[in-house]
Amino acid sequence: MGKRIAKEVSIAIAEAVKQCKVDVIAAYPITPQTHIVEHLSELVASGELDAEYVTVESEHSAMSACLGSVATGARTFTSTSAQGLALMHEILFIAPALRLPVVMVVANRALSAPISIWNDHSDIMAERDIGWIQTFAENGQEAVDLVYHAFRVAEDRRVMFPFIVNIDGFNLSHMIEPIELPDQELVDQYLPPFKPKYKLDPRKPISMGPVGIPEIYIEAKKAQDEAFKNAYKVVVKAWDEFERIFGRRYNPVETYRMEDAEVALLIMGSLAETAMTAVDKMREAGKKVGLVRIRLWRPFPLKDFVKAVKGVKMLAVIDRALSIGATGGPVAVEARSALYQVPGRPRVVNFIAGLGGRDVTVEDFEEMADKAYFYMKKKPKEPYEMIGVKE
Amino acid sequence: MPKGKDTALMSWKEVPFGCYILEPGNSVKFKTGDWRSFRPVLDKEKCIKCGQCYIMCPEPAYEADEEGYYIVDLTYCKGCGICANICPKGAITMVVEEV
Repeated sequence: MGKRIAKEVSIAIAEAVKQCKVDVIAAYPITPQTHIVEHLSELVASGELDAEYVTVESEHSAMSACLGSVATGARTFTSTSAQGLALMHEILFIAPALRLPVVMVVANRALSAPISIWNDHSDIMAERDIGWIQTFAENGQEAVDLVYHAFRVAEDRRVMFPFIVNIDGFNLSHMIEPIELPDQELVDQYLPPFKPKYKLDPRKPISMGPVGIPEIYIEAKKAQDEAFKNAYKVVVKAWDEFERIFGRRYNPVETYRMEDAEVALLIMGSLAETAMTAVDKMREAGKKVGLVRIRLWRPFPLKDFVKAVKGVKMLAVIDRALSIGATGGPVAVEARSALYQVPGRPRVVNFIAGLGGRDVTVEDFEEMADKAYFYMKKKPKEPYEMIGVKE
Repeated sequence: MPKGKDTALMSWKEVPFGCYILEPGNSVKFKTGDWRSFRPVLDKEKCIKCGQCYIMCPEPAYEADEEGYYIVDLTYCKGCGICANICPKGAITMVVEEV
């Protein structure tokens, strides 16, 4: 196996993309994603990575170029954040409908206004329904590992869907962490060459993206939806295979100290590490608090999630995005909906925390768990509340 | 009124992968002529056989006959009027289709 070396997570991700032997990168720089594509452009310029690096004039063009590229059968990567992701919006829906497996790392960042370059999940939650497979990384090693996994799953002929790996902007993208990059031989073993069944080839012409008149559109969407649900099995199998080759295990939903837990915190992304510290502290104080982390956001791992929170009295969902005017943050709305039909389901309270890069501390997580205990006795007045707001 | 599923072209299980068109050039099966409300009519006296109508027709519905005149195929002509507009001699007139 490779050596564990201290690396900035963005640089490690770029190195992992290189190990995946991508053919085309089309990207536009935006904070906090910049270091990923900057390092990739260096690797291409120095000849270490044999790929086309397409410098485009916007993220809309970046994603459009990626779709054209992957449609010809070229392994394709891009990365973006916040406003850049928003600018890609209309093209993002086209990729999965046309079954074009581009892989993208999103360094999650708040959306304007006010202008914020800092971390939360409002950029990706605005793209919740685009139909891409989505995972959330907790730490640098996981971010890197999820990149290999993303290519393997996306390009699988049983899947053929685009894939987003979410990493928290700055909290992950700019951290220097001990990261092990595997030997190239193992990556090659894990990731076979991209060989799509259909591609744009003048020798065998086909048309992608025709009009879907009312007599076909809904059938086309049903076919897409069913294929997407089936991707779940391949996502999990690719993690089984990952464990066999690289020795690290990943699951759609992770649990931490959930045995006999009364209160569970639910979160996605890198703040789970802080939350684990808070759980340890509360466990020492005799409070039965555990943590659930969703790694696979789309397709939503319904059964794994329901199993993970089984027996819990109160589920405190911590959202990193605000869905203004809704009955909760996007993760809470998902959790409530997922649990509604489950007999003996836990009650769900929702906290919005860490917007626009505001730190969420161990004490904040303790406060949220304490509030969850309090709300067991007294129902909250509102379906969600924001944490750490100065009155 | 037929139910939605009865008007569908095929079962969702039969939709080609990615809704691709795997048969190249099959747009000839799509008879766009029934969209038309105006029909182009050629005045052969004025026509110089330059072929601008043939080049500009988006369908393309024009084809040259044995004498070299470009004749519109009304199976495909949508009646957009680009041919009449582009014709340097004003040889094509758009005429309302009678119902």
